[in-house]
Amino acid sequence: MKNCKIIILLFLMAIPNLMSAQEKITTENWLSSSGIIGTFILIAIVMIVAIIILFIKLNGYIDTMKRRQLDKNRMAFDDELVAMDGGDIDAILEKRKAALTYKLKGNELSGNHTAIDEKGLIQRVEKDPNNAFFDEKKKTSLSLETPQELKKIVIYYIGAAAFWLVLGTLIGQYLGMKFLWPEMDHQAWLSFGRLRPVHTNMVFWGWSSLAMIGLGYFVIARTSNNKIYNYNWAWTGWALINATVLLGSLCLMAGINNGGGEYREYIWPVMLMFAIGLILTFYNFYKTVATRKISEIYISNWFILASLIWTIVLAIIGYLPFYQDGLGETVIQGYYMHQGVGMWFMTFTLGLVYYYLPSALNKPIYSYSLGVLAFWTQMLFYTMIGTHHFVFSPLPWWLQTIAIVFSAGMVIPVVAGTTNFLMTMKGSWSHISKSYVLPFFLVGTIFYFVGSMQGSVQAFRFTNFVWHFTDFNVAHSHMTMYGIIAFFLWACIYAILPKLTGREPAQVFVGAHFWLAFIGLFAYMMSLMAGGTYKGLSWIDGDPFIESVILMKPYWVWRAVGGSLMFVSHLVFAYNFYYMIKGYTRKPSATQKVEEITV
Amino acid sequence: MLNFHKDHKNLVLTAGGVFIALSILIAIMPAFQMQETQPIPDEQPLTAHEREGLNVYVAENCMACHTQQVRNIEMDNVWGDRPSIPSDYFYSKKRMDFWRQSPSTLGSERTGPDLTNIGKRQPSEDWHLLHLYNPRAVVPESVMPSYPWLFREVDSAFMPKDAKVVAVPKEYFNKPGKKIIASYDALRLVDYLKYLKQTDMPSGDIDDFIPALKKIQAERTEGGGQSLDGAKLYSQVCAACHQDTGQGIVGAFPSLVGSAIVNDENTETLIKIVIQGYNARTDYGVMPPFGDQLTDAEIAAILTHERSSWGNDSEAVTEEDVAKVRQYVEMELNK
Repeated sequence: MKNCKIIILLFLMAIPNLMSAQEKITTENWLSSSGIIGTFILIAIVMIVAIIILFIKLNGYIDTMKRRQLDKNRMAFDDELVAMDGGDIDAILEKRKAALTYKLKGNELSGNHTAIDEKGLIQRVEKDPNNAFFDEKKKTSLSLETPQELKKIVIYYIGAAAFWLVLGTLIGQYLGMKFLWPEMDHQAWLSFGRLRPVHTNMVFWGWSSLAMIGLGYFVIARTSNNKIYNYNWAWTGWALINATVLLGSLCLMAGINNGGGEYREYIWPVMLMFAIGLILTFYNFYKTVATRKISEIYISNWFILASLIWTIVLAIIGYLPFYQDGLGETVIQGYYMHQGVGMWFMTFTLGLVYYYLPSALNKPIYSYSLGVLAFWTQMLFYTMIGTHHFVFSPLPWWLQTIAIVFSAGMVIPVVAGTTNFLMTMKGSWSHISKSYVLPFFLVGTIFYFVGSMQGSVQAFRFTNFVWHFTDFNVAHSHMTMYGIIAFFLWACIYAILPKLTGREPAQVFVGAHFWLAFIGLFAYMMSLMAGGTYKGLSWIDGDPFIESVILMKPYWVWRAVGGSLMFVSHLVFAYNFYYMIKGYTRKPSATQKVEEITV
Repeated sequence: MLNFHKDHKNLVLTAGGVFIALSILIAIMPAFQMQETQPIPDEQPLTAHEREGLNVYVAENCMACHTQQVRNIEMDNVWGDRPSIPSDYFYSKKRMDFWRQSPSTLGSERTGPDLTNIGKRQPSEDWHLLHLYNPRAVVPESVMPSYPWLFREVDSAFMPKDAKVVAVPKEYFNKPGKKIIASYDALRLVDYLKYLKQTDMPSGDIDDFIPALKKIQAERTEGGGQSLDGAKLYSQVCAACHQDTGQGIVGAFPSLVGSAIVNDENTETLIKIVIQGYNARTDYGVMPPFGDQLTDAEIAAILTHERSSWGNDSEAVTEEDVAKVRQYVEMELNK
């Protein structure tokens, strides 16, 4: 704790230096600018963690190889036996003959005798050990006692989310290919301009939001030791949000667009349904927490309740018309698009992680007070930084400066959150190779640090100079909405669904999902970051604009490759989801004993 | 009193209240303040047609790839003569209708060029229509989508009255007896694009761009307009239609290579076309006038480049030649 505070203080002291370093803008030594170096370091962190995970996995594989080598040695020993002289061989053959005619009675290991393991040698009984390619993970045998209604709500929310994820990223993938083949189709409703907001809004409000709320229902009920206040409202919310995404997408494809401001392309009657859905959800959560059976409000509920109320306020401010003429609209746009990410997705997901991460590790969160610090600083700092999307724009310079200063201040909640999660995982690192849930949490945590910090340094004036308007922004938004939010959500889903339904997904497929998504994301963001940087430098050098289009082409190819891997991973995820929920109602797990287990 | 750990009401009220207070401070108040902006004296409001064009622009979500803000940094000086200021958006950024809000034209990504000054940079309606019908017909490397649904294919025999025929080169449309005509929406969209021009500041003094590269700046101050680069000017102003190779696009924009007018010993017609525009040949698009946009020296530099490139080998055009023709043209106009 004390160490953390010191680190945070040091960061704060360093901020003014970082800021003042931005005054003189020259590209001569752009590589040594603090923002660029910061980004390099942050990306290196992801690389290193990926390599560590890979090494842990490789180590497991090498162990298996070693075991095989031992087996081989034993075979060599057998060969030696064969090379022995006639008399000995005859004797052995006699024995062998007797052994061949020996028959088991069939009750040696079972029958009337109970298996005895006095010395506790048996650690794991594996019924199907013939999986030659992958390391076996521990299985979750915990089955949580959950009301059938709540189970159904969680499953339906996640199910709808999975559907929008697959459809939304299919559209994203299609859009990515349009950069390479702009003549792919000639349908108005499939054109790039119309489809781009369909993709972003679908994965925002369809996938992430529905998955978050579904997982949130479980957290709220569980940590309040209470039943959900009103199940019907949960269903109404589900229907409203799904209807929002469906109608909103159709409107956009038909060319009915609110004004093209990012993430508020749905016209207000459509978005109103989403807002009502959120208000219902908030009231439902609030009432459940208010009638909780324990005195403390768990930190997860702070984040979840606050994110709902913040987002309701945000949607209202974003759509009210009174102050949105001229550049008033632009001020609100910066505020809205940034808070949509920060106050809704990030805050809610952090709340989920504060519950699911400790519960997956079966230990308490490292520091409750760090969580509280992260909560209040999230509110204070995140709210102020929307205008960093409009640096150098005609918006007031002071507004831009506030946004940049508070972007740097985001170090505090981010470092607090990251420290908390990593310290909670500390001591359980060995579980990473044994669990299929933890790698998702670890990658989410690392991206939480890297993606958020990269966003902060990108707000600096120099980095903005190079990267603003380029594909670098697209890389950043995927690094955060995908690397942080989607990975955390998958971690939570894989952590909770098997416990609710009693059915585990095939580990091979969870592994395939993880690696396809991770490698895909890495290819996606690295190519766009590199391409975006070259694009920005080409603009600074005053090259003709079309040069920057031509130079992006190879990077767009790699983006499409990365995007394809990500999309395939979502198909695998959808299959895993289907497998986990298939026939879950037939096995009423309420009768099973509740056990404690480490996953 | 404020025990957030146990008192859910306080927790939610505080989180909500502080957030609302901060939001008013950082978003609503500045937004109201920005709304107070007045237009620049010479700024033109959108006509009904141009406003309809803006609606098409929003429906097709052009702002996904095109920005409309000239930032106050030097690399943006190719997109406008001065950095954008809040007044520039006075007329265009108003609530569209009951259902749709004020359009977010500033944009956040520049996959395509900035459009703040596109009406000045590219005043030709024919170029815009062909570019919308198929961007690759005029810019081969473009990744912009085509918008064929803004155009109609009609039989030449049953051409509607006052239809605007788009001169599409054969490679992109080749059906005997058929023509491509622009739809109402396409024409309105082009009206809007042509409206997009930076208004001159009344006093003439403008905010400077924050310089990016000392190198470029030094060149600017040293060069000081002494020797204009005709090739560069040509590629900025003319190449969109006549292409960098000078060969134009068959069926849309005439070739300058070996052209009788371009290589004529008497440069009067050539200079006149550039100053006044040209609309005498039905087999090609209309050439817009550039007299207001280019100085005499710039026109001379461009024409000298044209007359000495791609195999053309004619004498240079001087600033005086251009000045003479300009005087003559103005006299004719005032008659």
